[in-house]
Amino acid sequence: MKKDKQIQNTYYKTIAKKMLITIIMVSITPMIVASLIIFDRFKNSYHGKVGAHLDELVQKHKQNIDTFLKERSGNIKFLAKTASYEELKDEVFLQKSLLGLQQAYNNVFVDLGTINDKGVQLAYAGPFQLKDAQYSDAQWFKNAVKNQYYISDVFLGLRGLPHFIVTVKKNFNGEELILRATIDVMAFNSLVENLRIGKTGFAYIINRKGSFQTKASLDLNTEEKNYAELFKKVKEAKNGERLIEKKDEHSGKRLIYVVSSLKGGEWLMVYQQDYADAFSSIKIVRKIAHTIFGIGTFCIVFMAFFVSWRIVKRIACIDREKEMLNQQVIETGKLASVGELAAGIAHEINNPVAIMVEESGWMEDLLEEEDLQKTENLGEFKRSLKQIKTQGKRCKEITYKLLSFARKTDARIDEVHVNEIIDEVVSLSEQRAKYAKVFFNTKLGENLPLLSLSKSEMQQVLLNFFNNSLDAMEKTGGNIDITSSLHNNDVIIEIKDNGPGIPKANLVRIFDPFFTTKPVGKGTGLGLAICYGIIKKMGGDIKVRSSINVGTAFIINLPVSEQKEQKEEKIDLLPDQLNGRV
Amino acid sequence: MKKIKLLLVDDEVPFVETMTKRLKKREFSIDTAHSGLAALKLLENNNKIEVVILDVKMPGMDGIETLREIKKVYPLTEVVMLTGHATVESAIEGMRFGAFDYLMKPCDIDQLVAKVTQAAEKKQTHEDKIIEARIKEITARHA
Repeated sequence: MKKDKQIQNTYYKTIAKKMLITIIMVSITPMIVASLIIFDRFKNSYHGKVGAHLDELVQKHKQNIDTFLKERSGNIKFLAKTASYEELKDEVFLQKSLLGLQQAYNNVFVDLGTINDKGVQLAYAGPFQLKDAQYSDAQWFKNAVKNQYYISDVFLGLRGLPHFIVTVKKNFNGEELILRATIDVMAFNSLVENLRIGKTGFAYIINRKGSFQTKASLDLNTEEKNYAELFKKVKEAKNGERLIEKKDEHSGKRLIYVVSSLKGGEWLMVYQQDYADAFSSIKIVRKIAHTIFGIGTFCIVFMAFFVSWRIVKRIACIDREKEMLNQQVIETGKLASVGELAAGIAHEINNPVAIMVEESGWMEDLLEEEDLQKTENLGEFKRSLKQIKTQGKRCKEITYKLLSFARKTDARIDEVHVNEIIDEVVSLSEQRAKYAKVFFNTKLGENLPLLSLSKSEMQQVLLNFFNNSLDAMEKTGGNIDITSSLHNNDVIIEIKDNGPGIPKANLVRIFDPFFTTKPVGKGTGLGLAICYGIIKKMGGDIKVRSSINVGTAFIINLPVSEQKEQKEEKIDLLPDQLNGRV
Repeated sequence: MKKIKLLLVDDEVPFVETMTKRLKKREFSIDTAHSGLAALKLLENNNKIEVVILDVKMPGMDGIETLREIKKVYPLTEVVMLTGHATVESAIEGMRFGAFDYLMKPCDIDQLVAKVTQAAEKKQTHEDKIIEARIKEITARHA
């Protein structure tokens, strides 16, 4: 028994587990797929948007810088164009021009100088003493000589300060003079520096070699190779794809770069930001998604547990009921076979009893003969034979009762008198009642109409009520009053006992299948449910009245009018059978 | 009074024997058979039999079958059915097939005698009516 229970428990546990896994899989998989897709889409579009935004910013700054450079070189160009040969060589003129430029452009210009084609500074205006300085070896000079206009990279130069130079070459009747202006890097820096986004986003400018043209933030990796790569990339990149993602080898951080070429491709404006910073919204969204996913998963798991537990409980309940029903069916089957056996035996006994009665009859016949009339014990013989006959009749009655009850419950509808059925069932129950000290009192109404119903079903119903009453009063003894009467076209049978009564809580449930107050194994809880079903099928009704320690009364209503209609139907269906019985 | 000729059919030999003795004592002429087939054979050889007492439950050819056969061949012969309890329905069925009446085993001898006498009387009246009809027919033909 215990082992059985264990097996059953594991069985239910397996079901629960399977159900749990299925529910979780089915619910979570779409959630994962949906959130992954949505997240991916969001990430892509967000990337695009952030990229476009940064790109626009960089482009704008690039334009600013380009404009700045163009304007500054324009200033110098204008100066060179308007100045005469002498003026260019005149330091006073340069001083004046520088002052004018500084006033107009906020100290952007540091100094001015005129250099001949040999690289010697002929005139100089500015804070340093650079007259006659030799520039012939400087890289910028070499480029300046070759080009009409030139803007150098940022370099330290002779003075040891970062600056860059704008030059304009001018030809005076075969003699080339180069007007040179130094531009303060600080002023230039501010153009780039104010491009700061988030915590880590900033911009800088590098030249082809990768050296910084602007002041860059401290933690910046200055490995030139990296930046050369950026150049390559920006060349490869088509328009609109200037966003580059790269892992910084130094710090291991993921970085994004937005690059844009400046100064005809010589310089590169780079905007750099930590990936995490640039796409902080993604991080937030991811966090939210994780939270929702977590809560969702928790809810699903909880529900899955709850639902599967509930279902398994229900299954277990149904299984139990089924088992009980099976047991009931088996018991009914047993009863039926016992009944059949009893019927067979009753019939078989009947024949020998008949012979015995016949033989005693024959002996009676013989006793009539004259020579035996004088026998002393004639009276005794007669009494004895009569006794045999009486007992034979008793046997006949017993077998008759056995047969009528042991027969398979047949639902065949007959014209029956309820009083007859009541009497029969009472006489059958009387034996048991005698031991329980219960007495039957019948008060049967006269002139009750015949009812069309199944006799054996009615017997079953009555027997069930009697047995219930007897069970209830087994120890105390008592009375069972049975009355039958006609009331408004209804035949009413009332079965009243003075037993312990039914508690109010149970009263509403007594007709429920499997409801029983009897100890396990004693009652199936089906008796009254079956009775209820039978009476309902007959078109009748059962009511119950009970009070504790006073007793219980069951009232059965059987309608007459409906029965008559049924009877008419029956005549239509089976006229010959009824004729045979008349 | 003329003895009524009976045929008692039952598979229980002791019952048949005792019943035969008892009925003989009551001035009946009795033939016996222990099965339906034997009964039919006996009727074939002796068509003077007026009433058949027939047990419903018999092995082989049962009472109902025997009854139908008897009624088919000898419609005027009356049949009284004997039955145990379980076969009351079949006895009723038997009456639909033309049995005179049925009695439950074990039966009271006086009841049986009464039934058999009634059956014989019924047969007699039927036969008388037929004879009368025939006479009428014959006289009508002569006239």
